[in-house]
Amino acid sequence: MNFPLLKKNKKLHYLDSAATTHKPKEVVDRIKKFYTHENANVHRGIYDLSEHATQMYEEARKSIANFVHAKSEREIIFTSGTTDSINLVGYSWIWKNVFEGDTLLTSQMEHHSNFIPWQQAAKRKEHVSFEVVKLTDNYQLDLDDLEAKLKAHQPKLFAITHISNTLGTVNPIKEIVAIKERVSPHTKILIDGAQAVSHILVDVQDLGVDFYAFSGHKMYGPTGIGVLWAREEILTDTMSPYRYGGGMIRSVNISDSTWADLPEKFEGGTPNIAGAIGLNSAVEFIEKIGFSQIQSHEHTLIDYFFKKLDSYEHISLHGLKASKERIGVFSLTIPGVHPHDIAQILSNNNVAVRAGHHCTQILMRDVLNVVATIRVSFGIYTKKNDIDAFFKGIEDVFRLFPPS
Amino acid sequence: MYLDYFHRHSSMDQIYRQQILDHYQNPQNFGALENATHSATLENLSCGDKITIHTCIENDQISDISFEGEGCAICIASASLLTEEVLSKSTDTVANMTYDSIQDYLGITLSPSRIKCAHLALLTLQEALK
Repeated sequence: MNFPLLKKNKKLHYLDSAATTHKPKEVVDRIKKFYTHENANVHRGIYDLSEHATQMYEEARKSIANFVHAKSEREIIFTSGTTDSINLVGYSWIWKNVFEGDTLLTSQMEHHSNFIPWQQAAKRKEHVSFEVVKLTDNYQLDLDDLEAKLKAHQPKLFAITHISNTLGTVNPIKEIVAIKERVSPHTKILIDGAQAVSHILVDVQDLGVDFYAFSGHKMYGPTGIGVLWAREEILTDTMSPYRYGGGMIRSVNISDSTWADLPEKFEGGTPNIAGAIGLNSAVEFIEKIGFSQIQSHEHTLIDYFFKKLDSYEHISLHGLKASKERIGVFSLTIPGVHPHDIAQILSNNNVAVRAGHHCTQILMRDVLNVVATIRVSFGIYTKKNDIDAFFKGIEDVFRLFPPS
Repeated sequence: MYLDYFHRHSSMDQIYRQQILDHYQNPQNFGALENATHSATLENLSCGDKITIHTCIENDQISDISFEGEGCAICIASASLLTEEVLSKSTDTVANMTYDSIQDYLGITLSPSRIKCAHLALLTLQEALK
C-alpha cells in the first residue's frame, strides 16, 4: 500500500477519512497517465484517441457495476458525487412520481445531502409532506417508529443512510427493506452509501433497494466523481433527464427533443472522464485488498480505540460501543472544552480530526444535544500509532483544560 | 508542502497561553446589559460559535458593553478582550477596526478557519453599530 501524501508526511496522523480518504499511488498515477497519454473527449471522435478514451470510460462503468453488483452497467450513472446523485433523484424522479397528498420519509441521522433534497422537494411540490424517522437511545434507527411511519403515510420514498457519517452506525438495510415490503410495499428506498462503499461490501440486489448513491473521493478515488445506481426500469420508465446538454440527446428539433438511452440520458455535458477512470483504479485497489481484510483491519483498530478510550472518563462517546453494527467513525465531546479547541490542540500534535456539526445538524441538535463534536475516522492506512498519537494529544487537552 | 504551511502558525502553548485561558474561563463583561442601545448576534456557521454583543452608545462613544454566547476558547477570549479594548472608544474607531487589531491584542497567529472564531466578536459589534 503506497499513499504518496502519507509517505511524504510521515508525522501526520490522519484521522479524517470519513471526510475524504487519501489516494493510493495507483489512482494518482492512473489520472496522470490519462492526461499525459490518453486525453480526449468521449462518445464523439472517430479517431483512435477518442475511441480509446470512450473505451476506458465505459470500462470504468462496467467495473463499478460489478463492484456494487448492479444487474447491468446501464444502471450506473456518473455524477459529481453523492450530493449530485441524490439531487438527481430529488429533481428527476420526484418530478414525475410525487404528487399532492404524497409523503417523503427520511431519518434524524441523515447528512444534510440526504435530508435537504427531500425537505425542499416537499416544499416545491404542493401538499407533499415530509416525515422524519427517530433514533433509539442507542443511536440506531428506531425500527418501530419506521414501521409506524411507513404504515401511516405509505410514503413514496424512504431515504436513509447506509452508515452514519457522524455516529458510525451501520443501518440494517435488509431488515428495513423487509419491514417496508410488509407494511408499505410501494415505497421506494434510496440509500446514501457515501460512508459505506469503502468499508463494507455493497450488493444492491441483495439489499433489495431502489437507489444507491456514493462518492469516489471517500473510497480512495478522486474528488468530483460519484455514482447513482438505480434499477433500470426506474431509470427508463419513471425518470426524465433534468440536466440538458450535449451527449444526452437522440435528436433535437425546434419544437422538442428526444433523449439518448441509459445511461447517457442522465449525463448531459462532458463527463468527468479522468475521474471515472481514476475511480476504476480505486475500485481495483479496494478489490485487491478485499473486504474481509478491510473489515478485520478496521475492527482490530476499533477494539484498540475502545480499549484506550475506556480509561478516559471525561470523554463522551456519541454512538455505539464496539460492535459489528458500527465502523471506525467516532463522535466525541469533552465537557467544558469546545470541539474546536480539541481539534486545534490535536492539530498541533499533527493529528487531523474533524470538528463541527459534520453536516448533520438535525442529529446534533435534536438527538445528541450538542453544538458540535470532534470526529475521529479510520481508513485503510490507519495504524495503531495514529490512535496512540490521538490519545497523546488528548493528554495535552486535559493539561490545558483540566477537567473540573 | 503541508507541514511548511502548518508551522507558520503559533504553537499550541502560544495559542493557549494563560491570558487566553483566563479570559475563556472567566470572561469579562459577560451577560446582559440593561441600558443597551445597540445589540447584535452573529454565528460562525461552520462550528456553531455564537456571540451576542450589547452596547450602550453615548455621544458616539462606547460607554458600556457586554457579550453573551458560546464558543471555543479563542472565540470567547477574543470577545472578552474586545469588550475591554473598545470601552470608551468612538464608534468611528470601532467601525474601522480590522482583524489586525484583534491579532495584536491576542498576540497569536491563527490558521484561516480559527481566524473566523477570533474575528466573530468584532464583526458582531460592528453589526450592532450599523
